[in-house]
Amino acid sequence: MINISNVGRRYGTFVALEDIDLQIKAGEFFSLLGPSGCGKTTLLRLIGGFDVPSSGSISIDGAPMSGVPANHRPTNMVFQSYAIFPHLNVAENVAFGLNILNLTKAEKQARVDEALSRVRLVGLGSRMGSQLSGGQRQRVALARALVMKPKVLLLDEPLSALDKKLREEMQVELRQLQQDIGITFVLVTHDQYEALAMSDRIAVMFDGKIAQIAKPQEIYQNPTSRRVADFLGGMNFLETANMRLLGENVVADVAGFGTIANKRRGDEMIDPAKATLGIRPERLRIQWEDEKAKNEISGKVLSRHYFGEVTNLVVQVEGQPRPLSVVETNDFGADGIPVGSLVRIAYDEDAFVLMKE
Amino acid sequence: MRSEATRGWLVISAPLLYALLLLIGPIIVILANSFWTQDYLTIDRTFTLDNYRAALGEPIYRDLLFRSLKVSAIVSVVTVILAYPVAYFISFHGGRAKGLWIFIITVPFWTGYLLRILSWKVILGYKGVLNSALLGLGVISEPLETLLYSLNAVIITLAHSWAAFAILPIYVSLEKLDRTLLEAAADLGQGPIRQFLRVTLPLTLPGVIAALLIVMIPTVGDYVTPKLVGGKDGVMIANAIQVQFGKASNWPLGAALAVTTMIIVSMSAALMVLALQLFRRLMK
Ligand SMILES: Nc1ncnc2c1ncn2[C@@H]1O[C@H](COP(=O)(O)OP(=O)(O)OP(=O)(O)O)[C@@H](O)[C@H]1O
Ligand SMILES: [Mg+2]
Repeated sequence: MINISNVGRRYGTFVALEDIDLQIKAGEFFSLLGPSGCGKTTLLRLIGGFDVPSSGSISIDGAPMSGVPANHRPTNMVFQSYAIFPHLNVAENVAFGLNILNLTKAEKQARVDEALSRVRLVGLGSRMGSQLSGGQRQRVALARALVMKPKVLLLDEPLSALDKKLREEMQVELRQLQQDIGITFVLVTHDQYEALAMSDRIAVMFDGKIAQIAKPQEIYQNPTSRRVADFLGGMNFLETANMRLLGENVVADVAGFGTIANKRRGDEMIDPAKATLGIRPERLRIQWEDEKAKNEISGKVLSRHYFGEVTNLVVQVEGQPRPLSVVETNDFGADGIPVGSLVRIAYDEDAFVLMKE
Repeated sequence: MRSEATRGWLVISAPLLYALLLLIGPIIVILANSFWTQDYLTIDRTFTLDNYRAALGEPIYRDLLFRSLKVSAIVSVVTVILAYPVAYFISFHGGRAKGLWIFIITVPFWTGYLLRILSWKVILGYKGVLNSALLGLGVISEPLETLLYSLNAVIITLAHSWAAFAILPIYVSLEKLDRTLLEAAADLGQGPIRQFLRVTLPLTLPGVIAALLIVMIPTVGDYVTPKLVGGKDGVMIANAIQVQFGKASNWPLGAALAVTTMIIVSMSAALMVLALQLFRRLMK
């Protein structure tokens, strides 16, 4: 559907994007995820035709896009600032692009009505663009793009200006909408939860390069690099010694944990000298006094960080140079486990994550 | 809150008083005069509408007023049409040199108004720069006599004099225009011309209206330019008013002419603003 090959974008000597290779499938919900300044918007603007790559090429639906201006591309965009026309009312905003489609008045009206009801803005058609709340502006921007029935919808951090509650609602809604109409969505976000919750696939970007492209579960459970692992949720990077390849497995001596074998996935090349072993905080379980697990380590609670649904414990485990982060659930009582306590922590053997670099 | 407002009024009271005195004082004097009668060297202070009858009824004044309105309308429209592309260029393509461009535009104001008018005399005169150039190029065989001392000369000179005052408000409104709105319009399939007509122009209309008014209102009342470059065809209402207050020494008639002009200019300005608003509605 969208084929991006070898695309680079330089501003003077600054390299904003480098060697981007990406295929986005038709009907896919694809997210570009990365920290601020990593080049997400730049890439989205290249797809939308608002900017021209310094090298490489982009094609959409088989048609090369070089030399095709934004107004002739089969894409529509929801801008980060929404870019609602302040001198027009909601209905006029939504109908703005329909003049190029050769529709009758009735057809136009029907399309506008349909788009407004899709984003639940019925009855607000005559409100001026300059008099809308953030959530309403977001919906108008969405309706204005959807009414064009594009092959690809580009969304640049469409939810970042909304409060948390509304943002979570809109995540569900956007995903539902995409499933209903079945067009390709390319979403830019710096919010990992948003990307995980909504996408079919995610590309994680750092410094103008793509670090990993995978499905949400895959990218969370098997990040290929320390950077990706760190960006998506918490990760305890473990101190290991004598990492080696042993048949199907990568084996390492992990201080405090003993010898850990990690199954190699597919035909991946792993360089034991560069690889890192880690474990997610939620895969470490605090044990009750009378509980006994097969694999256990013990440590001392250094500090607690309360988040409501869970508490993050920072635990110094014997042998590991850095303290580990462990998730404590609320069934440990109102005040939880006090700082300074000695705790036993259970883990599963398959909970370890092997990162190539 | 209240004390804040009181303090605000206190702070501006001195200049406000000064401004009101200088604005309202003369207007009252003019208004009063317009209802009186000149009786040789004295003023007869009995109320009369005769001056207004003369101002509105006598063909000469009507013609002059009409011509002044026409000239100021043409000048303001011409000036704005010339100023818009300049402001547009500076705002969209000025890059880092924007400040420099704006500075350059104000350079003519370092010389006096009269000097600028006189330089147009040099350019437009019978043996002036323009005629010489056209003769030299063989475009014409005899110098054009209609360049100087005509209505055209008045229009050209005024348009040049007021150019910067038109460029600045338009430039400011273009600078305020959010450029992503243009990208959004492009995204919705609109080519450059439609982007301009449907987004840029309607959103910079306040600047255009300001420019039109800034040029139009003072040009109606200008009497220096018509006098210097207008010849007998370029005489405007302000010249007639000046004559009444000066040589003819008929203040009441001059005052009535001034008041009539003021009211008609205000009305035509309001009409123009309304027309532009209507145009904006239609532009959607
Ligand atoms: N017109 C430009 N000229 C010079 N540098 C630019 C330009 N546009 C973007 N950049 C640089 O390119 C880099 C990537 O910018 P981009 O806007 O794509 O970041 P982003 O990933 O969208 O970040 P954010 O999450 O903050 O929006 C940044 O370092 C930015 O400073
Ligand atoms: Mg961005």
